[in-house]
Amino acid sequence: MLQLNQIHKVFNEGTLDEKIALEDINLTLKPGDFVTVIGSNGAGKSTLMNMISGVLTPDVGEVFIDDRKITNLPEYKRSRLIGRVFQDPMAGTAPSMTIQENLALAYNRNRRRTLMKGVTKKLRTTFQEALGTLHLGLEDRLSAKVGLLSGGERQALSLLMATFTEPKMLLLDEHTAALDPARAALITKLTGEIVERTELTTLMVTHNMQQALDLGNRLIMMDSGRIILEVDGEDKQNLTIEALLHEFQRIKGSKMTSDRALLG
Amino acid sequence: MSSAMFGAVESGIIYAIMALGVYLSFRILDFPDLTVDGSFVTGAAIAAILIVNGTNPFFATLLAIGAGFIAGCITGLLHTKGKINPLLAGILMMIALYSINLRIMGRSNVPLLNEESIFTKIEAFFTSTGLDALFASMAAAIGLQNLTSTWSVLISMLVVTALIKVVTDLFLRTQIGLALRATGDNKRMIRSFSANTDQLTILGLGLSNALVALAGALIAQYSSFADVGMGIGMIIIGLASVIIGEAIFGTKTIAVTTFAVVGGAIVYRIVVSLALRVDFLETGDMKLITAVIVIAALVLPQLIDGQKERRRKKKKRLQQETKINEMKKGGEGYASTKSNSQSI
Repeated sequence: MLQLNQIHKVFNEGTLDEKIALEDINLTLKPGDFVTVIGSNGAGKSTLMNMISGVLTPDVGEVFIDDRKITNLPEYKRSRLIGRVFQDPMAGTAPSMTIQENLALAYNRNRRRTLMKGVTKKLRTTFQEALGTLHLGLEDRLSAKVGLLSGGERQALSLLMATFTEPKMLLLDEHTAALDPARAALITKLTGEIVERTELTTLMVTHNMQQALDLGNRLIMMDSGRIILEVDGEDKQNLTIEALLHEFQRIKGSKMTSDRALLG
Repeated sequence: MSSAMFGAVESGIIYAIMALGVYLSFRILDFPDLTVDGSFVTGAAIAAILIVNGTNPFFATLLAIGAGFIAGCITGLLHTKGKINPLLAGILMMIALYSINLRIMGRSNVPLLNEESIFTKIEAFFTSTGLDALFASMAAAIGLQNLTSTWSVLISMLVVTALIKVVTDLFLRTQIGLALRATGDNKRMIRSFSANTDQLTILGLGLSNALVALAGALIAQYSSFADVGMGIGMIIIGLASVIIGEAIFGTKTIAVTTFAVVGGAIVYRIVVSLALRVDFLETGDMKLITAVIVIAALVLPQLIDGQKERRRKKKKRLQQETKINEMKKGGEGYASTKSNSQSI
């Protein structure tokens, strides 16, 4: 499904602010995989997401979706294949437009936009059915402006919009981080439901270890632009936060000792 | 209503087309596009020079619209492909157009007196079909006499402007129109739904300036001249119309807002014509009056809202106080009865 081959990315190369964002990233996702990505700030998680969605292009390396090379495909063309939900609840919807207009924008993701009416009667029924699956009562507020919705409601709507046309891939960039615990739990639950129902190949960045363990069938940990740990299958099911932290210390520790050995 | 007022309404309806164009760039695309000052004159210049050279005025106006569209697209290209700041892209295009407009006209002023224009054609049509007499008698019936020599301009421009308003409303509800609005609202979001925001920005600015050039072409024919300086401050007049209209008529839906913009353009013309009647103000003070009107339209709603809010709070505080007083009274009563009972 998704394939990243030897991705390298450096910001501000040759200056004092030089930062290696990604170093030799190799990652292959099988259809239906749900991968959670954890790592501290600056580990390269967001850069990885931007590399897949086309906001950034790699210095070295290739990106494939379904064996199609998309390394240099511009963001707007790539987004036919990739659904995204951002961390900021304001980022995924158009606030001055109504719920149904926002859904119509999402509905036209993989169609050529024409001078046909954006919101038709038939579409409205489709939208209502889809909104019903969120259990937030949004199906009765089709003509409400999205700017009036709460952060949680907007994020739920963003999630629905991102998955509406069943793209090849779903990218979730800390999409529950800006919500209160109750709303975050709701969005996490909805995410699980939607991904299970649509069998979307999903990559989710999170800072919440518990969320990373609860969701998905694979987990990767990143640090300083590298993937330092990959867990999948049964190991992932049996993983605990303690074990994860322990593993992190072990890897970091061994790296530190090897560094010391090098210097010594 | 005097004939000066009638003229203000007439020209207000034509300027409303320009205001709709400014609304597209300023509000829908969230792009403060100063190209308007230049493209308005481009429309006027092309229409005027073609008419002087014997072209059919309708065809000349059509070409003016096309030129405006191209001018807008170039501003869009400067911004999206050249990565130039929106304001600067507009200003650059505006001064470039100043020279281009001079080239088009060949001199700084092209008079259109005694030329065949859209309005002479429409007036001839109205007179020959008896429509003019009909409207005049209808107006006379409600007590409006001797306002104008012909009703053809007002009626025809009302129809054209209303048509443009309705088509704009419909367009903004199409799939492309929705994507255009989303481009102004949240670029990042609409890009994640596979819309080419660069193309949409260019299209939006093109359409906006096409409307502005149409208004320019019509104003040139209405006032019987095209002048290279006639576009100065046009963007402010457009903004004034949008802001005044929104303040008076609201922005509940797209259809209401476009209606507000048209209304705002007419109100603006009426206010200016009223202001010019004040003795110490001269025609040269127009721009100053415009600036004052825009400032008033921007500041007054805030002051009114602030006043409302203060009044609401005061009311709330009074309510709270009376409630507390009542409770105190009740408490005192209770205490006094208690002490009474004790004394017994």
